[in-house]
Amino acid sequence: MPVIDAQHLSRRFGDLVAVRDVSMQVEHGEIFGVLGANGAGKSTTLRMLVGIVTPTSGSATVVGHDVVADPEAVKRRIGYMTQRFSLYDDLTVFENLEFYAGLYGVPRARKRARLAEVLELRGLDPRRRQLTGTLSGGWKQRLALACATIHEPPLLFLDEPTAGVDPVSRRSFWESIHDLSAQGTTIVVTTHYMDEAERCHRLAFIFRGSVLDTGTPQEVVDRRGLSIVEVHVGERTHDAARVLRADPRVDEVAPFGPRLRVATLDEDAETVTREVLGGVDGPGGLGIAVTDVRHVAPDVEDAFIAMVHEDARLHDEGAPPEPRA
Amino acid sequence: MSRLLAIAIKEMRQVRRDRMTLAMMIAIPLMQLLLFGYAINTDVRHIPTVVLDHDRSAASRDLVARMRATGFYDIVGAVRDYAEVTRAIRGGDAHVGLVIPPRFSADIARGVGSTAQIIVDGSDPLIVSNALSTAVAIAEVRSTELRVARLGRAGRDAVRVDPDILYNPELRSAVFIVPGLIGVLLTMTMVMFTSMAIARERERGTLEALIVSPIRSVELMVGKIVPYIVIGYVQMTVILVVGALVFDVPIRGSITLLYLLSFIFIAANLALGLVFSTFSKTQQQAMQLTFFFLLPNILLSGFMFPFDGMPRLAQWLGLALPLTHFLRIVRGITLAGASTGELIGQLVWLTSILGAFILLASLRFRKKLG
Ligand SMILES: Nc1ncnc2c1ncn2[C@@H]1O[C@H](COP(=O)(O)OP(=O)(O)OP(=O)(O)O)[C@@H](O)[C@H]1O
Ligand SMILES: [Mg+2]
Repeated sequence: MPVIDAQHLSRRFGDLVAVRDVSMQVEHGEIFGVLGANGAGKSTTLRMLVGIVTPTSGSATVVGHDVVADPEAVKRRIGYMTQRFSLYDDLTVFENLEFYAGLYGVPRARKRARLAEVLELRGLDPRRRQLTGTLSGGWKQRLALACATIHEPPLLFLDEPTAGVDPVSRRSFWESIHDLSAQGTTIVVTTHYMDEAERCHRLAFIFRGSVLDTGTPQEVVDRRGLSIVEVHVGERTHDAARVLRADPRVDEVAPFGPRLRVATLDEDAETVTREVLGGVDGPGGLGIAVTDVRHVAPDVEDAFIAMVHEDARLHDEGAPPEPRA
Repeated sequence: MSRLLAIAIKEMRQVRRDRMTLAMMIAIPLMQLLLFGYAINTDVRHIPTVVLDHDRSAASRDLVARMRATGFYDIVGAVRDYAEVTRAIRGGDAHVGLVIPPRFSADIARGVGSTAQIIVDGSDPLIVSNALSTAVAIAEVRSTELRVARLGRAGRDAVRVDPDILYNPELRSAVFIVPGLIGVLLTMTMVMFTSMAIARERERGTLEALIVSPIRSVELMVGKIVPYIVIGYVQMTVILVVGALVFDVPIRGSITLLYLLSFIFIAANLALGLVFSTFSKTQQQAMQLTFFFLLPNILLSGFMFPFDGMPRLAQWLGLALPLTHFLRIVRGITLAGASTGELIGQLVWLTSILGAFILLASLRFRKKLG
């Protein structure tokens, strides 16, 4: 039985549908990434799964309990790191940890050892007496993780845990996540960093409240049937980009310094690019010479943008292309 | 229990670090007490008084001395005729004129009695009532003393009248106001601090982590109240001590009983603050609600106006306020030395109100964001 089994979850706020018909299954021990732009509905989805936002429709079973019928049973067995920093600035590092230990009912006999263990594990021991408000972003985030895991929950929710944190801290944070996962903790993490998405076991892409696709990063990328090349087109990059975009086989064209990055669906990007820009006698060709062709393996970010375009074509509403992160 | 304790300890640590709030918790009651206490003290005591003594005898001088001794009348001068009395009052030099008739001592000696006249500036009703009642009391005391003395000479010891009972020092309003002030100040500060306590968590974004924890609403509510009960007691002690030292406010009954019963009153106000906080999105809204609530407390509880003189509807509203019942308790214990048995009604009322507030707060507080 999956640790999380969400069926057709929806949530409206007035006229706004924040989450639309989201279904997902998360298996034991997985790192499950929820990927999406700002306002996509990631936090709302998580909040429904932890029992603090009631779904408008749909249902979810989390760690064996129904989140609508018995949210308190769910709350006892999970850890949750909120998107907005939610520790007390006017308490010290140790006091915050102690508070969470009490809040989650860590038994008295176990408490002292567990506090020492977590302080040690997250490297917080030298700062235990420091006021939390004076910690830097990276340290605050470590403390937040420590607090969310003080009671050793089998399931951990992390809502954009690395937002506004420097790359070094982000890297060490993801090491912690993998360590927790290796010890058997199931982890659900939201992000809009694509490099982080690739470190997850499986992903769900949320766009405007709907899940566009779910699977391992590799599966999700492969399913798009993307082919990508980076080419040199001389001086006329602007004209070249214009005609390429006009071709239905081309999914995305982006200038990369002096080069153009061309992504196509279901056909080889090099063939399409050469054909469109072609020689003087090519069909509609501008006679732009295509040189220095490099094939690039599509990544999660490419897949995400392709999916957004797919969705726009499907709903025929011409969604603006997502800016690259 | 561990969860309740965690909340209480956390709250206590936060209060301790918040020097500003802590200072306010002591400074506010102290300032209010001195303001109220002194304003009332100086206004109603030391009323400037002129004397028109037609008799100029030992008996008339004795009467004037007695009046001065009460502390209500400051004898600011002697005048020669009625016109001067009127002029002194109109000019604001005096609020009271005492006129002693020509045959004052002779009539008293003969046992037929004599009537002194009190002329009072009617522009301030507070002065009128105090000046008159004090004067009447003095006259009664003096008469009783004379009568007792005469009876004693006649050898009729069986009739004993204790003149001390007749003189009523409680006319000094500070004595009446200060214990009431304990209730008003506790209402204000206690409701305010807890009403802001949950709104603060909401504003700072810490509420989401709280409601996602397994804590029960009641545990959260009670845990938030506990540290402030201690503060409430500190405030109460400050007022009682300063009241006793500066304004001679007596405590006739049991202090222990007062502290025990105050527990329920303080807790009820804190619980009400929590109810308010479930209605407020921000700390500012919580503060506004508190001040909005304070007004009926001052008007309907019997703090300003006698409860029995209020219209029926106002009395019913007043009964729902914890302050109404606490005023009876605190005045009863400090001024009249009331015992537990006499206060049982108030105790039942306060306990019911406390229970209702805690229930309401726990029911209204949803562990949900939307
Ligand atoms: N309590 C609420 N009341 C009204 N609207 C809400 C509420 N919570 C969220 N929304 C709206 O629902 C939509 C989805 O919000 P949500 O916070 O779930 O997005 P998100 O993917 O987490 O975005 P971000 O990356 O910015 O955190 C947004 O348009 C947001 O404004
Ligand atoms: Mg979010």
